Amino acid sequence: MDNIAGTKSSLTWAVHISVVVLVAMWVLPTLGLFVSSFRTGDQIVGSGWWQSLTTQEQQLSPIRIEGDETETNGAFVIEGNLFGNARTTISSWGTSSREPEAYEPGQTAELGDGVTVTVQADGGYVLSSPVTTAGERLPRIFASATTPPEFTTDNYKTVLFSPLAGQTIFQAFMNTATVAIPATIIPILIAAFAAYALAWMEFPGRALLVAAIVGLLVVPLQLALIPLLQFHNWLGIGKGYLGIWMAHTGFGLPLAIYLLRNYMVGLPRDIIENAKVDGATDFQIFTKIILPLSFPALASFAIFQFLWTWNDLLVALVFLGTGNDQQVLTGNLVNLMGSRGGDWEILSASAFVSIAVPLLVFFALQRFLVRGLLAGSVK
Amino acid sequence: MNPAIQALLTILIGVGGCLFYFYGSNLVLDKVLFPPRGPNAGRNINRANQIRPWLFLLPAIIALGLYLAYPVFATAWLSLNRQTGASSTFVGFANYSRMMSEDKFWESMTNNMLWLIVVPAASTAFGLLAAQLTDRIKWGNIAKSLIFMPMAISFVGASVIWKLIYDTKPADQAQIGALNAIWMNFDGGIGSVLLLKVLPALLLLIIIGGLGWLAWSMLRPILRGSEDRGGLFLMLLRLIVVAVSAWLIFTLARMLAGVFVADLPYGQPQTWLSLPFWNNFFLMAVLVWIQTGFAMVILSAALRGVPEDTIEAAIIDGANPFQIFFKIKVPQIMGTIVVVWTTITIVVLKVFDIVLAMTNGQWETQVLANYMYDKLFRANDWGVGSASAMVIMLLVTPILVWNVYNARKEMR
Repeated sequence: MDNIAGTKSSLTWAVHISVVVLVAMWVLPTLGLFVSSFRTGDQIVGSGWWQSLTTQEQQLSPIRIEGDETETNGAFVIEGNLFGNARTTISSWGTSSREPEAYEPGQTAELGDGVTVTVQADGGYVLSSPVTTAGERLPRIFASATTPPEFTTDNYKTVLFSPLAGQTIFQAFMNTATVAIPATIIPILIAAFAAYALAWMEFPGRALLVAAIVGLLVVPLQLALIPLLQFHNWLGIGKGYLGIWMAHTGFGLPLAIYLLRNYMVGLPRDIIENAKVDGATDFQIFTKIILPLSFPALASFAIFQFLWTWNDLLVALVFLGTGNDQQVLTGNLVNLMGSRGGDWEILSASAFVSIAVPLLVFFALQRFLVRGLLAGSVK
Repeated sequence: MNPAIQALLTILIGVGGCLFYFYGSNLVLDKVLFPPRGPNAGRNINRANQIRPWLFLLPAIIALGLYLAYPVFATAWLSLNRQTGASSTFVGFANYSRMMSEDKFWESMTNNMLWLIVVPAASTAFGLLAAQLTDRIKWGNIAKSLIFMPMAISFVGASVIWKLIYDTKPADQAQIGALNAIWMNFDGGIGSVLLLKVLPALLLLIIIGGLGWLAWSMLRPILRGSEDRGGLFLMLLRLIVVAVSAWLIFTLARMLAGVFVADLPYGQPQTWLSLPFWNNFFLMAVLVWIQTGFAMVILSAALRGVPEDTIEAAIIDGANPFQIFFKIKVPQIMGTIVVVWTTITIVVLKVFDIVLAMTNGQWETQVLANYMYDKLFRANDWGVGSASAMVIMLLVTPILVWNVYNARKEMR
């Protein structure tokens, strides 16, 4: 803007830096959880996610020695490695929680009764005892070790396929899709016909109806919960998918009608009048001309409604049951936050499963979303 | 039946049913009721055209009436009744007075007022800043879409994301929450004083200054006694704005004093979500984070719509970038700023998921929508629950009236 007059602003650098800071503030929270979802529980608790790309020195949780005994030269020996991988390096270790850094790697610790244990830097250990240790509790090793960056997809396997809080995330995912897809498609058709009538047909009370819809846009759906639950019970459908589809349809209609009407009003009058002169009925005009031309507006509303129904918690809590076959992702996540609040490896992976679809939709169809926002905010 | 199959069937039945209804009813109208031929052809066409709009509108009107309009009245009625078992008795405003006597309700009201002021203001301000800054640079569109991204994330997902930031570990362990990790770097030295005392104080002073300016510009026409700038309603609105900003200035001035007096617990990891009063702001940060993208997108479009010649004229007159922004651009997009503000206000009034997921109203963070959910579905007290829902409705009503008024003005 400032270049119009031919002078380059001296603020350019400040602008670039400010935008970098802003973007960082808006991206890093999500990135933090994303990175965490690929770390093991120990790693998440041991260090901040921002350190996950550097080699870490940390106190590992105690590891108990285990393995098969072999008898050599009158001593019973157990050999093995503390770690599954070969990349962790021990810097110091001990055999009690009071002195976790008593020994250097390669040193030998005396455990009394002639039992000795030696731990190498790569985690390899040798436990040697003059009598058999079968059936006894073997000592634990407390080690401080440097661990190179390591990522795992196990968290996702865990949350997707093993039931946590009673239900697998995969099932919750399917439930959410079951709620969101019909609840997105059904209102579109109803709204499109209504919007056409409000935009292009003359009848008394039209202005009043438009005003009513603008008013209904902001009515909090909190008011609808109990009366509608009573209504659904009276109908005999109670809590279930049918009820939530109907509820989402009702709640989504004002925005749908408003968006579509605003868009349809802007379509060129000539096309519609020409079609009328040629003998087309309103029904034909609607299906053959208006509907195809309104595709951008239909797409924006569909995205809105999909994001809203997918992300919704309140309506799902009220109109769906809490059984495994009905609980949705957001509800499951809230339960997990209550029951597994500290298990970040589970929480972060579950959260990302629930965020993934909306994010995909968002990045793929962003331009429709922006257009819808611009048309939908009441001017 | 498998829900997925049920869903597929519903889509088919729903869409098919809609199409059948619209097509069929039009067919009946044209072929059976008022066929456009015979002796009354002209009259029939007119009649058919009078009825057709209502055929198009009928499903929408039924759905809207049943799912949005009727519940408002039903909830109003429920709030005047007391539910005992299956029967209900009319108790007048007893539910409201019961609600008013609860501390938790007043806590929710105060918190909601805080939310209503802070979240729209912060989101709009950040949105405006982001819109203006990204407009000038090449990678602005990428930056915009990244700032916009949280819009797609559910409130619950966002709560998980932010809970990790607010996480607390004991002092002798590594902090995995970003906020505590940053906090542990402050030791009370000169850097801490600059960042935690001087900087907030400056920010507070700027906000106080802005509010003072706002209050003065609202008050000036009234003091001058010029009646031509709007009727009683506008006058009332101005006085409300003045009163709210006076209260805010008072609160902020107290906070300003507090900033300097406060003895900050350096080196102690904080459990942010249970710090009374401040925890509200940590919850608000989540919503601000989500809503800024929305504000940015709308305001950025508005900024592009500002006529170039007004800006060129200002540059030729020697205005600096700040003057251009605050004196040329902002006044021209004031209407859009109000729209963004009111839209976010409505979102704030309904905020529920964030509080439920992060604190569930503990540690004095209750808000109205969560209070209502508590009453309706945990305490099973429909009377008080409906009464608090009516309070939310009451708070939305001014915006509702304003929107309808504007929409009608536009249609004329």
